[in-house]
Amino acid sequence: MPNTYTWRGKLEAVCIPLAAILFSLLLFGVFCAAVGANPIAVYGAIYQAAFGRWQSFQNALIRAAPLMLSSLCTALPARLGLVIIGNEGAIVVGGLGAVAIALALSTNVPPLGSQVAMAVAGIVCGGVWIGIVGALRHYRGVNETISSLLMNYIAIALLNHLVGGPMRDPSSLNKPSSYPIPDVNMLGDLPGTRIHFGLIYGLIACAIAYFLIQRTTFGMAARIAGGNVRAAKLAGLPVGKLTLAICFLAGSCAGLAGMVEVAAVHGRANESLNANYGYSSILVAFIARNNPLAAILVAILLGGILTSGGILQRRLELPDATILVFQGIVFLVVLFSESLYGKLGVFQEKFDGNDRIGLVGSTASDRSGNVAG
Amino acid sequence: MSINKPFPLKRRQVIRGILATTAFGATTKFGTGCTPASQSQASSNTEDKPIVMGFIYVGPKDDFGYNQAHAEGKQGLAKLTWLKSVEEANVPETTAVEETMRNMIEEEGATVLFPTSFGYFDPHILKIAQEYPEVQFFHCGGLYQEGKHPKNVGSYFGYIDEAQYVAGIVAAHTSKTGKLGFIGAKPIPQVLRNINSFNLGARSVNPKITTQAIFTGDWALPVKEAEAANSMADQDIDVITCHVDSPKVVMETAERRGIFCSGYHANQAQLAPRGYLTGAEWNWVQVYSSYAEMIRAGKTLMNGGIPHLVRGGLKDGFLKMSSYGEAVSAEAKKDADAVKEKFMAGNMTIYRAGLKDNTGKIVVPSKDFTQTAIELEKMNWLAEGVIGRVAS
Repeated sequence: MPNTYTWRGKLEAVCIPLAAILFSLLLFGVFCAAVGANPIAVYGAIYQAAFGRWQSFQNALIRAAPLMLSSLCTALPARLGLVIIGNEGAIVVGGLGAVAIALALSTNVPPLGSQVAMAVAGIVCGGVWIGIVGALRHYRGVNETISSLLMNYIAIALLNHLVGGPMRDPSSLNKPSSYPIPDVNMLGDLPGTRIHFGLIYGLIACAIAYFLIQRTTFGMAARIAGGNVRAAKLAGLPVGKLTLAICFLAGSCAGLAGMVEVAAVHGRANESLNANYGYSSILVAFIARNNPLAAILVAILLGGILTSGGILQRRLELPDATILVFQGIVFLVVLFSESLYGKLGVFQEKFDGNDRIGLVGSTASDRSGNVAG
Repeated sequence: MSINKPFPLKRRQVIRGILATTAFGATTKFGTGCTPASQSQASSNTEDKPIVMGFIYVGPKDDFGYNQAHAEGKQGLAKLTWLKSVEEANVPETTAVEETMRNMIEEEGATVLFPTSFGYFDPHILKIAQEYPEVQFFHCGGLYQEGKHPKNVGSYFGYIDEAQYVAGIVAAHTSKTGKLGFIGAKPIPQVLRNINSFNLGARSVNPKITTQAIFTGDWALPVKEAEAANSMADQDIDVITCHVDSPKVVMETAERRGIFCSGYHANQAQLAPRGYLTGAEWNWVQVYSSYAEMIRAGKTLMNGGIPHLVRGGLKDGFLKMSSYGEAVSAEAKKDADAVKEKFMAGNMTIYRAGLKDNTGKIVVPSKDFTQTAIELEKMNWLAEGVIGRVAS
């Protein structure tokens, strides 16, 4: 039985977030009762609005697509021990880059060429944006959390400046926007659905990220550096290159999310690019414990929860902020639940003198977030 | 399994337990999940179907501003028993609003939608309108173009700058320093027109008055709005008004600094009981009721019964003024009411021939611009007397 020694660790990594979500549902129920709604009806409405029918489940998937991509912007650097929350900025910059290249190419190239160019531009712009954060961290010792947060504001200001000035379409009178991307170059929907291709990008990016982190030497090196920078340096790992590479990859995922927003949804760059996906996706990365595959599931779950905000207002006449309260509760409970890892006896491997593998197993489920599966 | 002895349960038992819990959870959720659906079916199957209208706001319903004005309009429909209205607030201008429109149509049976935020129009309303050609979409902001946009899309807007002009008259009478302030979100035509009209109203009383314009850069930036209001108070400006989504912060700051303020979008008198002079308010209930009556009478956008572009000012009941505050003098009331009467009679023109912008260039050439003039919808200048620059 080769793998018996890790199943408790895996179970812990699944059970604690699940329990956290269930507990936040319970707290949210108390909140709803306090506002005067029947909690059971609220749960029912959330379920029905998000996952009840294929029609409504599509809404959850549409919302999940940008969350998946941009959650990687937090999840990847987290494996390196960096807390980066510049997702919003990278989305905005990626979207701007994609629009710029689409307008430059216009209809001079076939649609596929334009789409590839947009994707590459989004990836590069977003990647460079978060790459700057990585460089500041590595070469100047600037705290990456704060710098990435502040970079968000710079990105938004840049967006407002460009769409209000140099890139502005004069016919966009009361909502300053860039010129529109030619319709033929827009990303379409998946056949038979109204889900745009962004979802596929998200699934692929998450799968690649998982493979990269868990199954390659590069990912291994990144995780080692994340565990202990000095040990990694002593072992001769190029920590600087790793930081820059991971930050670039992280930003490129969020940049791609920005490209999807302009190329599949808005068709142009304007203030709608800055729609707070970046902040929701930080929550996704946290709940998924920075595991790219788990991020897929969590993004769909959160997409579903956000989707149900409407029905709570329409049917149950709850305030519009209700769903944000729920999101906030989930966020806090998940953060608190982090402190439970390694504390619950049920999930600890029991060391039996005859079997030394058991000891190794218990260290694998430590608190550094190295979820093996 | 020998290594796990201290833990009494077997792996298989744990898995079984988890499966059982999941199954239980799923089944109970099924039960509750179906309840609301069956209720709604029951209500939609009743004999005389009410007309269902859906209202969508980009911000909160109690923002003392743009969204509150629309939400109050929707509330005013409650007395029409043959009409049911549903609403959703805080819906961003992304795929979220497409989802909301779809849900309102498919789940609530809405046949008339009022997505009120300007940014909902392109691409979201246009996209959904093509999908549901039998549903009517009325968009606030006036962007409909014949031949280019779907037949089932219409737009409505009001010439709220008329109310700003009247507010400018009151401000000019009240100001002691002769300096007024206007906090705008972005230098876009709608905002510029309000600034210019407010300023022209004030200068119709006292030609020496100036209006300082400050743009915050976005529709809801409470911190910047407060900073702008404070810096205006520091510059001896003693009447402030604004065009941002929620004027709450501006009004509160003005009140705290002991200067006067003039409201916008909705009534903010309760935020500034001492300094609130008057305000330019929307009267959407009038607009929404008249749409509702037309639709009840069988008129639609598609059969040509309802015009695609609906505009109106004070005369058409699209707007109203907040009732005058304590600080407003009798003379100011008299002047303002006189001009209001002229607007009501339809013989008042704000933008007269020969008007110069604040760089000295003539922007209204030989002929007066009446309110319907297309040039006013493309305004990109600040009138003489406004201190500021159109740049974003």
